[in-house]
Amino acid sequence: MNRLLNKCLLFLQGFLLLNVLWFLAYLLMHTTVIPDPAVIYRNFGTAFSNRIFLHILASLKRIAAGLGLSLAVGVPVGILMAYSGSANKILYPLIYFSYPIPKTAFLPVAMILWGMRDGSKVAIIFLIIVFQVIVAARDSVRNIDPSVYLVTVSAGAGPAQIIRHITLPAILPELFTSIRVSLGTAVSVLFFVEGYGTKYGMGYYILDAWSRIDYIDMYTGIIVISIVGFALFVAIDLLSDLLCRWSRPLG
Amino acid sequence: MLVIDKVTVSYKTKKSRTPVIEGLSLQIEEGEVLAVLGPSGCGKSTLINALAGMLPLDGGSVDSVIEGEKRPLNPRTHKIGVIPQNCGLLPWKTVGENCLLPLKLRREPVTEERRREISGICDALDVSRLLRRYPAQLSGGQVQRAALARAFIFNPDLLLMDEPFSALDAITRQDARELFLRIWKRNRPTTILVTHSIEEALYLGNTVVVMGNRRGVLRYSIKNPYFGQSDPEAVDYLTAKRVLHEKLGPEGERRGDIEQTAE
Repeated sequence: MNRLLNKCLLFLQGFLLLNVLWFLAYLLMHTTVIPDPAVIYRNFGTAFSNRIFLHILASLKRIAAGLGLSLAVGVPVGILMAYSGSANKILYPLIYFSYPIPKTAFLPVAMILWGMRDGSKVAIIFLIIVFQVIVAARDSVRNIDPSVYLVTVSAGAGPAQIIRHITLPAILPELFTSIRVSLGTAVSVLFFVEGYGTKYGMGYYILDAWSRIDYIDMYTGIIVISIVGFALFVAIDLLSDLLCRWSRPLG
Repeated sequence: MLVIDKVTVSYKTKKSRTPVIEGLSLQIEEGEVLAVLGPSGCGKSTLINALAGMLPLDGGSVDSVIEGEKRPLNPRTHKIGVIPQNCGLLPWKTVGENCLLPLKLRREPVTEERRREISGICDALDVSRLLRRYPAQLSGGQVQRAALARAFIFNPDLLLMDEPFSALDAITRQDARELFLRIWKRNRPTTILVTHSIEEALYLGNTVVVMGNRRGVLRYSIKNPYFGQSDPEAVDYLTAKRVLHEKLGPEGERRGDIEQTAE
């Protein structure tokens, strides 16, 4: 609970500081693109009447699908690469090579293959996240202390039991770290993939307001997407604390 | 009886294969402790890894012979308990979960009788209060006792120990050895103890063997009359110690390098 309180304090501090900077910018710049923060917060009522929750829900669904798919593919591939030398030899160059390719550039391909709706959006999020997950899983499996295999193998454990009792719990903390990074990426990709083929989603909300030159509403959307991103971060942190109690010695 | 016959184990790198143990033969009677002494890098730990099923044999055989019936040693058919140097508790499981994991892996049911036996072992090793803690929350001595508890709860056919007491300070170490022996005498599992301490070998080994520093060739082997005696006064004991000391030195030279950690 103490950690939760700390998170709230951290949030409050950052939130206030950001708003002070924003207000200063508003006073100094005198442009419609930087409106008074107070006006934005007063606009929150309109956002709720615009059914902002539907937008949040649509975005969360896409993130969850993309992240879930990345984990479902990335974790097994990462584990395979860590345990099998030949799999690593084949896959590592591929991953190393494709890591820096801007996946968003494949949007046209994804659109044609999986359609204009959620398919291509999830596919792009997946493509961006999955490489981070594979690399994180592979590296953390390689860092497992060999003596934990010794005691488990000698007791007669089969491969499935080793994966369940050693590999998965051992890589969980690092997997959470990688998920946190991935989530930040996924939220920013929303802005890009929700610009087409949908009328729901945080990205759509912002882009729509922008195209109507309604800066007040646009800022409202930006603030809401930031809060959602922050809430996801906190949720991952709490989940990690709950499941990886063992990795904090004096808990 | 465990029969190790002309066993060869190698470490493979990309191109070459380096034999670490070559043609090692050993026999251990049922219900005895074999203490293996040897300089660092002589292949002691490799032997443990190979017997535990982590490394494949490149030659020779390891068989468990019970009443004339010979069966190759295998972690799937035999119960093999291991206590490695760092104890090998899984950090993500509590002490209790760690202790029961070997039984769970083999799907052995925990009957009422078994449960009593388990709590007896936990009480004797003083880990009953620690069962809900994670290994990172334990002291070195507690980790040691938890590892002993896990090994004995499993009730193994073969117990392998790789310098299990070396991470402890001198006083805790002596306590841990006495504790080990007391619990060991309950079921007397056949045990191989790898160590670099002559005192430990003479205290805990029914038989003491010395491995050479080249590819695990056996250099010396004695039946140990001082098993379980913590501080024998006999002159013969000192002689036995000295002989072992000499055998441990690199081909008899540079004596005294190995036993620097003697207590």
